[in-house]
Amino acid sequence: MKIIAVCGMGIGTSVLLKMNAEKVLELLGVKAEVLASDMAKAKHDALDADIILTTPELVTQLEDMPGIVVSIDRVFDLTEIRQKLINVLG
Amino acid sequence: MRALDIALASGSIRLKQECTDYSEAIFLAGAALEQSGRTEPEYTKQMQDAFVELGPYMVIAEGIALAHARPSEAVISTGLSLVTLKSPVEFGSERFDPVSIVFGLAAVDHDGHIDLMAALSELLMDEAKVKILLQAENESQVRAMFG
Repeated sequence: MKIIAVCGMGIGTSVLLKMNAEKVLELLGVKAEVLASDMAKAKHDALDADIILTTPELVTQLEDMPGIVVSIDRVFDLTEIRQKLINVLG
Repeated sequence: MRALDIALASGSIRLKQECTDYSEAIFLAGAALEQSGRTEPEYTKQMQDAFVELGPYMVIAEGIALAHARPSEAVISTGLSLVTLKSPVEFGSERFDPVSIVFGLAAVDHDGHIDLMAALSELLMDEAKVKILLQAENESQVRAMFG
């Protein structure tokens, strides 16, 4: 599984999302590659991603991507990330 | 959280600053990065432009903004700055306004600062530590938290 964390510049929020998603996935025992990317690169990088993690302000710019877009309100909130990932992982 | 102590180089911490709007707050975070030798003045401009371009998503938690731009030639080395505001200002974030703490982030690439972000994440998840940050009057009170 490929998961991509996207933010505007690719060094701030996306890195926080990537780290915290990795923590959650490890606890869930889910094997996945998690990448951080910026909005410009994501148009390419995210084409083969199963799940796209981002923040509410950027969701509309990613909606045409093939993967499932998951909007995270609080990038530090492992409980929120866990719940939302469980919802899409089924 | 030693990574934060290192990332916040000498000159990078400015507490209880007066400022009137988000642009000035980002400018202060950029100026602190410059003063600590992390960036050229151009990066401060890039941070302000990035905020105009992409907006309030840089407000990452209640009252806390992470001002940054893309890695660029104006970045000398990866690091952080910290600015706390005497009076909070609006950044246009529906979820997390107003902002009282602004971190400036400069990175030379996209993935060389994972340890730093992990430490920042740890700090910002700790409500007691965020409260100390907000109330700190001097730099040693801030650095004491980093252990």
